[in-house]
Amino acid sequence: MRYFPAVEISRQEKLAADCYRISFISPEIAGLARPGQFLHVRINPGLEPLLRRPFSVHAVNQRTGEIALLYRVVGRGTRLLAQKKKGDLLDLIGPLGRGFTLPAAGQNVALVAGGIGIAPLYFLLQTLAGAGNSPDVLLGARTAGELFLASEVRELAGKAAVLAATDDGSYGHRAPVTELLAKLLAEKKVEIVYACGPAAMLKVVASLLEQYGVDGEISLEERMGCGVGACLSCVCKMRDKKGQDVSYRRVCLEGPVFKAREVVWQDFG
Amino acid sequence: MRKPSLTVEIAGLKLKNPVLTASGTFGFGAEYTPFVDLNRLGAVVVKSLTLKPREGNSPPRIVETPAGILNSIGLQNPGVERFLGEHLPYLRQFSTPVIVSIAGNTIEEYVAAAEKLAGANGVSALELNISCPNVKQGGLQFGVDPLGAAEVTRAVKRAADLPVIVKLSPNVTSITGMAKTVAEAGADALSLINTLSGMAIDIYRRRPVLGNITGGLSGPAIRPVAVRAVWEVYRAVKLPLIGMGGIACAADAIEFIMAGARAVAVGTANFLNPRATIEIVKGIERYLEENGIGDINELVGAAHSF
Repeated sequence: MRYFPAVEISRQEKLAADCYRISFISPEIAGLARPGQFLHVRINPGLEPLLRRPFSVHAVNQRTGEIALLYRVVGRGTRLLAQKKKGDLLDLIGPLGRGFTLPAAGQNVALVAGGIGIAPLYFLLQTLAGAGNSPDVLLGARTAGELFLASEVRELAGKAAVLAATDDGSYGHRAPVTELLAKLLAEKKVEIVYACGPAAMLKVVASLLEQYGVDGEISLEERMGCGVGACLSCVCKMRDKKGQDVSYRRVCLEGPVFKAREVVWQDFG
Repeated sequence: MRKPSLTVEIAGLKLKNPVLTASGTFGFGAEYTPFVDLNRLGAVVVKSLTLKPREGNSPPRIVETPAGILNSIGLQNPGVERFLGEHLPYLRQFSTPVIVSIAGNTIEEYVAAAEKLAGANGVSALELNISCPNVKQGGLQFGVDPLGAAEVTRAVKRAADLPVIVKLSPNVTSITGMAKTVAEAGADALSLINTLSGMAIDIYRRRPVLGNITGGLSGPAIRPVAVRAVWEVYRAVKLPLIGMGGIACAADAIEFIMAGARAVAVGTANFLNPRATIEIVKGIERYLEENGIGDINELVGAAHSF
């Protein structure tokens, strides 16, 4: 983890209504970042917004050192971030947190993304593809318009299967993405599932993993303060490894990626 | 010109500069060592400890408000024993004094925590948190009741051979009344202010944002309230004051010092700028140089003689 007080924005792309990809060149962050880690972004130097905002590292180009963050405008911070232009500066801390545990060579892997939850999974897919692993990729969204990364994902996934589902049936299957996962787990021996998306989706993913006895890792979100483990704001309730003791753990430090079976789902979201 | 002197003395503790970390915003110090050389701080004030570990409040625990944040952590902490075993040894390697903030449900718990800490090598002072607004017990019931505040101060002073700093709440009718009461009870210094009680509502979900419903407001939004509190208390008691509440830059810190604070603590600003403390130390030094002031102590309370 390092502090980068002034990183120049190289690109700001609007990918869909309210969805943006913002990029900057930082070979140092590109070298340090692992899939699932995040950057804590100070959007403006003044007091508006006051706090930093955490964003998963979405894509890394190791050749150019370009890093991308993917975000949806959901409040004041992201609204201000969307106004940033090429050449503007961002103040970043990172990469922070614990990322995904990468699979062993040859393991069967599936990725499940709900909406903007594709953000960290895309970087994971880049890394897996680079290591010759071709995971099944399941993309879920409310509408076709929110599946704006489907073709890039297909390109990256190579020969692996990419299936999509939308709530309104405007693209792919008309079903929750978790139905695609249920079908996949029933038909194929999957060894590790990586998921990111809305709380309701993650809860279903976790119960499917339990049902099929499959390991999984999920990336969580919580309102965050410091980002470095000091303020204890961004906690989620977790079980210990034996599934016994329950305690709060920090999304910024012990997460944002957790084992699906550790999360106390009834208290989540 | 000679470098100006930044050293101050609080309750017998010699600090190399007047910039401290505010309890609860700096963890146990280690979290910020990638950004800050702890040796360059006046003191490190750690997250409040209770005798036994505490789980803390249900999330969400934080929400941003105009120029501020509301938090409701609920004193989550590993307890005194684990602090002594797991965190204090790390802090001992620095030359900077460690001030340990303590909280409790009862006077007995404050006393037991204080006794354990007083026996440890590397604890320079105690800060009594009697002003946490986010727990049903273990804080504010002492901070808003002058008799309770006096009693806990006296009890900890008797139990621990350490300087005792009492952190006052702004959620009282008269902060000067509280200051006088704990001064008479034997406090060696005062920290002011803790957070202001507040709340925020999610209008789309029609419910309070915080899991605990209410929380404590901090950040630049509360700075004028805190400066006023320091100003008033400076006139009311003779104790050294540690001023805090929304300090984000050296100018903010100097404002508190001129109001009467001998030291300042940086809290919420650490979240925005992890190097805020060090930048404030440098900024104060620059201000002294630029204005031909040889010693920071010349500025303490300077605005009272305008």
